Amino acid sequence: MPETPADQFVDMRQQHETAQLGMWTFIATEVLFFGGLLLAYCVYRIGDPEGFAEAARHTKIVIGTINTAVLLTSSFLVAWAVTAARLRQGRMAGLLLGFAAVLGLAFLALKGVEYAKEYDEHLIPRLDFAYAGPKATSVYLFFSFYFVATGLHALHIAIGVVVLAVIGWQAGRGRYSERYHSPITVAGLYWHFVDVVWIFLFALIYLPGRAS
Amino acid sequence: MTARNYLTEDNSLRSWFFTTDHKRVAVLYAASITLFFFIGGAAATIIRLELATPQADLVTSDVYNRLFTIHGVIMVWFFLIPSIPATLGNFVVPLMIGARDLAFPRLNLTSWYLFVLGGGVTLYAVFAGGIDTGWTFYAPFSTMYSNSHVVLAVTGVFIAGFSSILTGLNFIVTIHRLRAPGLTWYRLPLFLWSLYSTSVILVLATPVLAMTLLLVALDRFAGIGIFDPARGGDPLLFQHLFWFYSHPAVYIMILPGMGVVSELISVYSRKAVFGYKFVAWSAVAIAVVGFFVWGHHMFVSGQSPFAGLVFSFMSFIVAVPSAIKVFNWTATMHKGFIRFDAPMLYALAFIGLFTIGGLTGLFLACLAYDVYVTDTYFVVAHFHYIMVGGMVTAYFGGLHYWWPKITGRMYPEYWARAAAILIFFGFNMTFFPQFILGILGMPRRYHVYPPEFQVWHVMSSAGASILAVAYLLPLFYLGWSMFFGKRAPSNPWQATGLEWQTPSPPPSHNFATTPVVKRNPYDYSLEGEARPQNA
Amino acid sequence: MKNGQPPRELLVSWLGLLALLGITVFASYQPLGAANTGVALAIALGKSLIVAAIFMELRRGSALTIVFAATGFFWLAIMFWLALADYMSR
Repeated sequence: MPETPADQFVDMRQQHETAQLGMWTFIATEVLFFGGLLLAYCVYRIGDPEGFAEAARHTKIVIGTINTAVLLTSSFLVAWAVTAARLRQGRMAGLLLGFAAVLGLAFLALKGVEYAKEYDEHLIPRLDFAYAGPKATSVYLFFSFYFVATGLHALHIAIGVVVLAVIGWQAGRGRYSERYHSPITVAGLYWHFVDVVWIFLFALIYLPGRAS
Repeated sequence: MTARNYLTEDNSLRSWFFTTDHKRVAVLYAASITLFFFIGGAAATIIRLELATPQADLVTSDVYNRLFTIHGVIMVWFFLIPSIPATLGNFVVPLMIGARDLAFPRLNLTSWYLFVLGGGVTLYAVFAGGIDTGWTFYAPFSTMYSNSHVVLAVTGVFIAGFSSILTGLNFIVTIHRLRAPGLTWYRLPLFLWSLYSTSVILVLATPVLAMTLLLVALDRFAGIGIFDPARGGDPLLFQHLFWFYSHPAVYIMILPGMGVVSELISVYSRKAVFGYKFVAWSAVAIAVVGFFVWGHHMFVSGQSPFAGLVFSFMSFIVAVPSAIKVFNWTATMHKGFIRFDAPMLYALAFIGLFTIGGLTGLFLACLAYDVYVTDTYFVVAHFHYIMVGGMVTAYFGGLHYWWPKITGRMYPEYWARAAAILIFFGFNMTFFPQFILGILGMPRRYHVYPPEFQVWHVMSSAGASILAVAYLLPLFYLGWSMFFGKRAPSNPWQATGLEWQTPSPPPSHNFATTPVVKRNPYDYSLEGEARPQNA
Repeated sequence: MKNGQPPRELLVSWLGLLALLGITVFASYQPLGAANTGVALAIALGKSLIVAAIFMELRRGSALTIVFAATGFFWLAIMFWLALADYMSR
């Protein structure tokens, strides 16, 4: 069924370009949103690099690395799905998006396992925090940042999973084509961006202090 | 007998609350911000009544703290920031570019709902007892010591922030992608250059406010320690994050006003704006350089002297593009055919009052002088000259100018001129004495003061009472005109813009056929005859 | 694109990203002193650019799209530069 452009658009191409530009604008807002939090991280890390390094050693690098691989793979599947949808391979696209959504859920599950371990180790600021040693203040701040950042990120993943599932279902019904594919492209852009946020969070949370 | 237009199309409640028509969304916003203006104004009234005497005789200190906080929070986030963009902008942008609607009409309606939700949450916080932190929510008072509804209030503002992000996103994408054939960037009316610049700030600065307020809420009820010295946090980090948004926010508030003034000066002088490209790019320059100056709110906060130096220098630079606009507006009027209709009175008032406000900004940009007058009434007077003398004046000017287009009615001209003059007089009487008070040493946010300051406070409060009456007048005569005003033609001002080449009020789809733009905006002949952009 | 097979540049990018992940974890265990942070961030930047250019299709994007994509990061740099100017000079 051919799609017609909405009233305010002249043709499908204008509609598509507008949707894309809109999503990139939204992504810019997200960069600044997470960016404010990153500034806080930077300021406190510069204030006590050893303290942050020590705190980072308490993060679960195995889970973190697996989660990074999970997200990178899901991005690969989403990018593949967009290509498939444009070639009218709706079922393929739907399947790929479904797998990507499942990987997103896997990410969240692993995150949950991680949070549980941090709870066992008394690393939850305010709720259950006990840390011996002179660096306790910095460790507290580090884990405050850790929970806020990964918590917000997880919220974005959860929203993304729902979006991928809905778009995947639509793709499976053959809704998209070369002529009309802006929803899947735009959903993909969002998902890839959330992946990029994780790439930076991974480098700042899991990797410091490993060499000592 | 009027033709079918966006107002008469379907009058059910459902059609209004589920509308995607940008014109109706603009009207919804206009009604909402008017309500908030009067709530914020009520707080100001009580403040000025209290300040007429040196003692605390009307309200306790605790209540006074809540009053100035409510005044600031409501006026900044629920009146000034949305005012021109969400009302006049929403209405006029698609018309000016020859489009049928904005790029994302449903997002537009969503932004209004978010605005109402945020406003509702904030008002709930106000009526549940209020907040006493000042609109600036400084940590650690807001995060640790204040016994008021901080989390509720920041939640309301957080939600309203997303409303303004969506508006900005919509405008940026619309101006890039939906321009009519022939409408190049240098043929855009200057109002659109201003709104575009405003939108860039909305999109890039507001998310940082969102994060800052989120961190305040988390610090307050989850004790994450990010701004708490006892847990290793830095209160100055709050100020850096807060002002990174809030300084550009003042440009969100003033740039649309400047855009309106460009339109008004041109129409009521029957001349093209002098130095169009300079005025256009100066809006962009203000938006960009405005991000480099936030530390001038922190000169005495404990930031390093080096940072103070950099921010002071940048603050001088940011004044230059504003000055360029003032010079160019003045040059536009030279040898023009000036008409003193109410919108022009507002535009002229803007130029004068904004210049005073802007020049006193330079005083404040000067680090050494700022140390002397910071947190005094000098600062209060400075920003009210810009926000009220500038921004509110421009809003009223634009509202009157586009009133015929929005409502299909003419407002009563003599009442409008009288109100404009009364506003100008009342405004100066209210706020000029505050400069003097500031230099004499009267601190802001205090309601108890030495008796020698009283004469200036009484003058200010007397002016405020005149201003209050003057602001009520438009409510009555504009309301009257909606039902009994003379019906307006398509182009009552013989202006050149595309919005005037369609009936007043416009049909729902704006234009019968998409206009094709052939001319620069403001194409007036030497005799002052207008040549519309699509002619 | 053959049925059931991913487009080649996507597959190569994915494998490259996984390789970079392995390298960055490995590098973090090497005692490089202050350079550890720089290496980690540089690799993160590299991964992000691959995601942006290939998965988000910026390499085929218009100049306008690329400007929009870069603007958020540019503004973030402004925030960092001026705020850190305070912290590093106290």
